[in-house]
Amino acid sequence: MPVMTYRDAIKSAMAEEMERDESVVLLGEDIGLYGGTHLVTDGLLDKFGSKRVIDTPIAEGGFTGAAIGMAMMGMRPIVEMMTWNFSFQAADQIIQNAAKIRYFSGGQASVPLVIRGPNGGGVQLSAQHTHSLEGFYGHFPGLKVVAPVTPHDAKGMMIEAIRDPDPVLILEAGALYGTKGEVPEGEYTVEFGKARIAREGTDVSLIGYGRQVNLLLKVAERLQADEGITAEVIDVRSIRPFDEETLVNSVMKTNRAVVVEEQWRWFSVASEVAASIQEHAFDYLDAPVERVSGAETPAPYARNLEAAAFPNEEQIIDAVRRVAYRRA
Amino acid sequence: MATTQSSTKKRKSASSGANGAKPDVPGVSAEKLLEFYNQMVYVRLFEEACQRAFRQGRVGGYLHVYIGQEAVAVGLLDTYQPEDRVITAYRDHAHALLLGSPPNEVMAELYGKGTGIVKGKGGSMHLFDVPNGLMGGYGIVGGHIPLGVGMAYAMAYQQTGGIVQLYFGDGAIHNGAYHEAANLAGLWGKSGMNPTLFILENNQYGMGTSVERATANTDLGSKFASYGIEHEKVDGMDVVAMNEAAHRLSKQVRETGVPFAIEAMTYRIAPHGAADFLEKYRSKEEVKEARKRDPIGLLEQRILDAGAADEEALETIRKANKEIADAAVTFAEESPDPDIAELYTDVYADSPEVHSA
Ligand SMILES: Cc1ncc(C[n+]2csc(CCOP(=O)(O)OP(=O)(O)O)c2C)c(N)n1
Repeated sequence: MPVMTYRDAIKSAMAEEMERDESVVLLGEDIGLYGGTHLVTDGLLDKFGSKRVIDTPIAEGGFTGAAIGMAMMGMRPIVEMMTWNFSFQAADQIIQNAAKIRYFSGGQASVPLVIRGPNGGGVQLSAQHTHSLEGFYGHFPGLKVVAPVTPHDAKGMMIEAIRDPDPVLILEAGALYGTKGEVPEGEYTVEFGKARIAREGTDVSLIGYGRQVNLLLKVAERLQADEGITAEVIDVRSIRPFDEETLVNSVMKTNRAVVVEEQWRWFSVASEVAASIQEHAFDYLDAPVERVSGAETPAPYARNLEAAAFPNEEQIIDAVRRVAYRRA
Repeated sequence: MATTQSSTKKRKSASSGANGAKPDVPGVSAEKLLEFYNQMVYVRLFEEACQRAFRQGRVGGYLHVYIGQEAVAVGLLDTYQPEDRVITAYRDHAHALLLGSPPNEVMAELYGKGTGIVKGKGGSMHLFDVPNGLMGGYGIVGGHIPLGVGMAYAMAYQQTGGIVQLYFGDGAIHNGAYHEAANLAGLWGKSGMNPTLFILENNQYGMGTSVERATANTDLGSKFASYGIEHEKVDGMDVVAMNEAAHRLSKQVRETGVPFAIEAMTYRIAPHGAADFLEKYRSKEEVKEARKRDPIGLLEQRILDAGAADEEALETIRKANKEIADAAVTFAEESPDPDIAELYTDVYADSPEVHSA
């Protein structure tokens, strides 16, 4: 199978769909001439021209709203948020319009819109530029929210999103654009609402999404080597719709779960995972579900503070020991 | 409508100088010219030290330097009074330094050290020095503009006699936050309740997007006029012109409580951020051309021409400022990291209690 970066996987999905379907257009800041601040759209202006690759002013509310209007007319716009941090300026459009128009129009209008961009922290961008918004946007019925971590899923979910009749938010792992992985040749999609078992195991379920999945895989290796614990790693990847079944089945097998996320714990994805597990697998649990989350503070700048604000291997291993009733 | 008209008139009569901006006025003392020179060199050398530290990986996150724009803040902040407040976006080092923030603490902030001016919590984009009047650097384009307008209302309400110097970029003027806030400022100004001096730092680009590629109406001043705010274009590469306008207009805003806007025509000589090497959106020649009007070079020439000082005296000034920048780097490098406990402080006024494992 060909190997591709996460960045190129997303780009090739967009380019292929643009070839296939004329109604697909891109909008965003510095996506054309500049090539995109993360170079995800590099080269697409040359290929598709300025009617389809639209450089916008710094007006997230305006161009996101305009994209919703385009979508209501049957176009399939893909909005790039330079980073998801700027989507708060567009949140009114996303939440008040995109998410609800199908519903309050009684099904007469639809919004086949994709909004994509990098999300998450880890590079010292501090409070206003560091957010993981899966829980935030996942809260709103009418939106679909996905967070792919492999190039394979990034491409397959992007194509799925473009073809979806409803608004889809793709929260890309900003730190992972340069990472490589296998991507099948030819057209394929990754269905929403299906979690992925990233590593099979029997002793504990480690559940996360986005760049935390890579952290969990590392932890799983360490647990295997150092403690003889065989962890199953589950990549939630689709936040809404949410795949309770895969999570619950895993916990029925392992009887223990640690849920890891970069975002804040209160009212978060991890809280939702924990609630689902206790609802559907209560009798199988041998220990309370543990959540390892970001510190309940705005994101700090200093390297050491930032490192302390996000989940790390030690915290996760400690949590595993607690659910497995092991001592360090 | 009266305000709009008079502002249009002003712009017309002022359109003969460089950048179509107001020609500067003679009669600045040699002493003052050297003071400006000292400040501009201070900012420039500090910024160059920041860039070096960034390239060495000692400064993280985003770093936006002020190189090319020094005349704007230097000319304006010369008028600063203790009751005034200053607010800007993320390109904020100059504003802090010129308001009197200790250079060591500013540099330590960029290094993410515990001795930083905001304890290592905010970094380059979020310098605050409230005692010295700096109400912050902000990272979301447009986001701080309403804050500045509100601060000005508070000053009028509290009758402090202060004004707000509200800085933002040519990219930010297309953001909804600007338009809502400018409308408020114009409206509140009708009853003298908005002593805001808007400073549009028109450095020609919002990241990779030039003014012409961001709006069909490139007369950015008209975007103040449409909210009833008078405005004036000033050559932002000429510190004397900036300073003249600053004195005249800050006085007017202070006395009337009516907002006014300066469009400072400047140029971002440095890349947008220190990590942006690809400058596909502008040519090397364009930057080279702009460097000919480097505000420090222009002032240097003027000082030498006027015989206000000789090259040796200027070199002494440069050396002294190089030492300040070097000392700041040393201080930052030798400073300790923030205490990990600081992670949980300052979330609320009183309690670090609510936190996760
Ligand atoms: C709402 C928002 N969108 C996008 C960005 C990313 N961004 C940071 S600076 C910038 C350009 C701003 O240009 P301008 O206002 O002219 O200021 P300058 O950088 O030239 O000083 C952009 C797009 C942001 N910080 N906030």
